[in-house]
Amino acid sequence: MPTLVSHPDEVKVISRRFGQGAAQLDRYLELDGYKAAQMAIDNGPQWVIDTMKASGLRGRGGAGFPTGLKWSFVPKVSEKPKYVLVNGDESEPGTCKDHVIFLHDPHAVIEGTLIAGLAIGAKTGFIYLRGEYRYLLKIVEKAVADCYAKGILGKNIFGREGVDFDIITQTGAGAYEVGEESALMESLEGKRGVPRIKPPFPAVVGLYGGPTVINNAETIASAPHILLMGGEAYAKLGSERNGGTRLFGISGMVERPGVYELPMGYSMKKAIYDVAGGVKGGKKLKAVVPGGSSCPVLLPDELEVGLDFDQMAKAGTMLGSGGIVVLDETVSIVEFALRTIKFYQHESCGWCIPCREGTDWIKKSMQRFYDGGGSTKDISNMQYLAENMLGRTFCPLGDAAAMPMIAFFKKFRPEFEAYLEGKRTAKHFITTDELVGVAH
Amino acid sequence: MPDVTFTVDGQTLTAPAGTLLIDACKASGIQIPAFCYYPGLSLQAACRMCVVRIEKAPKLQTACTTPVAEGMVVYSETPEIAQARKSTLELLLGNHPLDCPVCDAGGQCELQDMTFKYGAASSFYAEPKNHREEQKWSPTVYFDRPRCILCYRCIRMCGEGMDVYALGIQNRGSSAVIAPNIPATQSEDGLAHLDCEECGMCIDVCPVGALTSDTYRYKTRPWEMNHVATVCTHCGDGCKTTLGVRATTDGSEIVRGDNRDKSGINGDFLCNKGRYGFDFANREDRITEPMLKQPDGTFKTVTWDEALLFTGTRLKDIRDTRGGKTIGVIGGNRLTNEEAYLLQKFARSVLGTNNIDHHRTADFVTLAAALRDHRDRFASQHDNETAKAILLIGGDPTNQAPLTAWNLRTNVRLNRAKLYVANHAHIKLHRQAKSFLEIAPYGYGAIAAYLSGDDGAASSAATDIEKLAHFRDALKAEPELLILVGSELRAGDLRALIAYGLTLPNTKFALIGDYVNAHGAADMGLLPDLLPGYAPVVADHDYTAEYGEHFPTEPGLNLLQIFDAAQTGDLAALYIVNANPVARFSIDPATLANTFIVIHEMFLTETARLADVIFPAANLYEKSGSVVNSYGDLQLVKKAADRAGVRTDLELLVRVADRMGAEIRKLVPFGKRASTGLRADLGQTRGVQSGEADRHAVWLTANNLEPKLSPFDPFAVLDEIQRLVPGYDLLRLQLLSGNDQHLAPQAPADLIQIDETRRDLVLPADDTLFTSGTLGRYSPKLVELQLKYAHEPVGIPAD
Repeated sequence: MPTLVSHPDEVKVISRRFGQGAAQLDRYLELDGYKAAQMAIDNGPQWVIDTMKASGLRGRGGAGFPTGLKWSFVPKVSEKPKYVLVNGDESEPGTCKDHVIFLHDPHAVIEGTLIAGLAIGAKTGFIYLRGEYRYLLKIVEKAVADCYAKGILGKNIFGREGVDFDIITQTGAGAYEVGEESALMESLEGKRGVPRIKPPFPAVVGLYGGPTVINNAETIASAPHILLMGGEAYAKLGSERNGGTRLFGISGMVERPGVYELPMGYSMKKAIYDVAGGVKGGKKLKAVVPGGSSCPVLLPDELEVGLDFDQMAKAGTMLGSGGIVVLDETVSIVEFALRTIKFYQHESCGWCIPCREGTDWIKKSMQRFYDGGGSTKDISNMQYLAENMLGRTFCPLGDAAAMPMIAFFKKFRPEFEAYLEGKRTAKHFITTDELVGVAH
Repeated sequence: MPDVTFTVDGQTLTAPAGTLLIDACKASGIQIPAFCYYPGLSLQAACRMCVVRIEKAPKLQTACTTPVAEGMVVYSETPEIAQARKSTLELLLGNHPLDCPVCDAGGQCELQDMTFKYGAASSFYAEPKNHREEQKWSPTVYFDRPRCILCYRCIRMCGEGMDVYALGIQNRGSSAVIAPNIPATQSEDGLAHLDCEECGMCIDVCPVGALTSDTYRYKTRPWEMNHVATVCTHCGDGCKTTLGVRATTDGSEIVRGDNRDKSGINGDFLCNKGRYGFDFANREDRITEPMLKQPDGTFKTVTWDEALLFTGTRLKDIRDTRGGKTIGVIGGNRLTNEEAYLLQKFARSVLGTNNIDHHRTADFVTLAAALRDHRDRFASQHDNETAKAILLIGGDPTNQAPLTAWNLRTNVRLNRAKLYVANHAHIKLHRQAKSFLEIAPYGYGAIAAYLSGDDGAASSAATDIEKLAHFRDALKAEPELLILVGSELRAGDLRALIAYGLTLPNTKFALIGDYVNAHGAADMGLLPDLLPGYAPVVADHDYTAEYGEHFPTEPGLNLLQIFDAAQTGDLAALYIVNANPVARFSIDPATLANTFIVIHEMFLTETARLADVIFPAANLYEKSGSVVNSYGDLQLVKKAADRAGVRTDLELLVRVADRMGAEIRKLVPFGKRASTGLRADLGQTRGVQSGEADRHAVWLTANNLEPKLSPFDPFAVLDEIQRLVPGYDLLRLQLLSGNDQHLAPQAPADLIQIDETRRDLVLPADDTLFTSGTLGRYSPKLVELQLKYAHEPVGIPAD
């Protein structure tokens, strides 16, 4: 069991049951478990949606769409069955928050799914786990089975006549692309994990053609807490138009890497220097990848920014999935850029031309550049390729590859040029342990 | 849907709400480039070439997935958009091999065209391209992976369009690749292969040269061919096929058949026969010189003069001594209308016989009789595209009439047409059927009776009586119905079915026959008892004066009776034009031992071997004229290829008649000064021989000149057809423009032509996807495909 980290600045809402054995149903019930779901049954769908809207909760997957609003888009009457779909395909490099939720508090996800189902009038929910999280599947499946045994899932749940809800679990096959909601639905339906054309959006035509609410696991797991504490109270924890708290996975070269729950709008600088204990070994900070590998990198002098969707966007980057990767002065950005584009080239689904060919050509050029065969013109060419991918691909994967690369080429051009002249600024590339070394 | 108004590049346009922007723009003459978009197939938004700027949208939007909306402001060509398209092309060209100088698609490649427009002329990649070896997927399909730009048109065409689903995608990212349905791990030779209908539609829709056909690849360049749009000779659907023709030392050979001219009756579609089944024309073993049978049974090539003189003399002698009644004439199903017409005129007015028939693949005569007073009830091929409900009873269009099957599938898929299928077999179209009724073996007569209200016939019509009743009720509830009838139904059964159909509101009918001009052969009077236009053979008729002294006024012998007569020694001569009755009707060669046989043929068929004279005949791709498909849609046939030594059947008939002493100007009204004030064009010699007669005729007609200078000009015969044949009131300009037009000649209502004892007079061809009667046996490609699929019927699902 990975060690949990803690810091006084943390506001524990979603993480309050971590480390307390809440994966066991009995323990979960002792910790106010499934009270929120029964409140939802008692108060009705409209109350749930109003509370969610009041909470200011925004999608924790990275896009930051207001959750209550999303739920309210689902038509009340539908010929086809409605579904709740939990996106647990957490694959963004640097991100490991859903992992901890599934590990320590799987019932929160189940209860959140149930609440979302009650809110939109769905009878079935799906929990889709990342293929590499197979070991978490056992935990989630046990939790689901316990709920069926206890009458929390299935027919007439909590002994309420006519209230039915089923949950089905499923894992992916190892594709980053299916983290995109419509690709996830394709994958769940047994097809190639390629995104769908939008519109129609999932709330209208989703899984198996039925209206579907698809939310990130953390978003869904927040719902029970919000119902218990009230929407307004939750909203007050965060910053303007960014309600509540969220889990941040701070990794890389910091003294105390880990998953911390911080209020929305918390200072990025404090998060790195206070919460995570600053750069490891007293080294100098070089750069910060603020919200998973697709977010444009920030320089040390750009850290005076609050960790919420709006402030990060203003700073020219994204809050993303909350995976903060800290790089110290020993890191070669050329290597880091190569590692980044290799990931996206490998994960491009190949559906559209700009992403399929663009990631491939940047990767090829970057590899040659790294191997010592580069020229100054390559830097401009790669930047040109990335800029021409941006905003022109079928789904956001192309943007996710283009944005960080553009930032590397723009912000670290001197380092790329110095690399050409043989003045390598780093001794080695950061190890996987350092990059993902959270909670292990 | 109501119209919405929007602007594109400052131009105000209107289109029905819901129209895709790319289509709305195209309708207004604004071309938006696209690789993956293909009208009628599912949307992909994958190539990103059709991106446009729409006001208020943060990013460029794909025109192929955006429906037009009221007040939408669109920019389709700005520097930003041009840059987006250019960079997409740069990315594609990065891996695309620049082997354009040898690529099949060079010169007609969408990637070339777009690169030309957007100027992605320079490359800045230092890395080598991803190369893979070309793969042979089937006897007809090759795949050159590096050329593929992954537009997925082939996958969708194969799946959605053809309902075959033989293509898919493997791997992901830059390794993504189109893959056929038999993976290397499951094939005997360790290579990936296709198991499909071999239609070649994937090759047709490929915007680049990634999919190429075995018959054409690396043979020539597109611009080195003449492209002639004519009608496919094989089934009865009458698809337009565009033949690519190249000059050779002995004429010109057909190098390619495709559907690049999508203006035909077949729209987007062409099947394997139309695409590859032209190769019989190029065979080395074609008969190219007249041949006479020697006393020892061998054939000797002779001069044209010798053959014609011998034939003319013998036939005249037989007519004058034993009488025209001892002469039989059998015509083919692949003659032009003009040839079929001239053949029966030759038989009746020169040979003096009504013993004339053809291999009837469907009972068009009964159809014409049953719909005597319902001219508007003859369905056109186009009705398959739009009919709201269709009853397909008998037949297997997937195999016998692929265009019909395509139209039905497309209509069901895009318009949600309701398809009712009643068949003794689980034909593939049952997959599109709203309702499928399994008919008992030999139950077609019973089903026709049951539908007409005879409940007693139920048990012999189908095993599932309850379903049968539901089926009839559902049909009755349809406000309009297209009834497609397979050739299993004939004579009384067909009459009963049509009588039933006429009790329903708004029904239309069509009969699915086989071969390009089977319908025309019947229309043109290759029948013992009916003249062109189904006019009965009687003493006083319009034709009597025209056809002259030898014209017999008694009905003659039909095809089966002709051979009966041979057996009894009453058949002195048999004149056969492009037909193989000996094989088709299993005639014992011994019965023809004492019959003088003349044949026009391309190959030494079973029938040709028995002939005394063989004239080397041209095929449909080597002549001009008109043909009529199963539905009665008339189309123009254009001369595409040529082979030194062969003659069209039209010319052969005229030359034989000439040697018999017939008055040629009476047989073919050519060069006459018409009462319309047309004058003979004495300065022109271009005609049927050059293959430009048709285009030339437009010019001549426009200039008030008389185009018909030669007795070999099919249009001279067409003049007479238009003048004399009821129902052939066609528009000449429509024909010459390459458009199809629907004709509905009618037979006498009280006609009972086929009695129950000789039902085999109508003999369904039962061709499959890869057979085409005798002709199909001489197509190397079709034979190769037959062998490949010999043990597995194609397109029939396992259930």
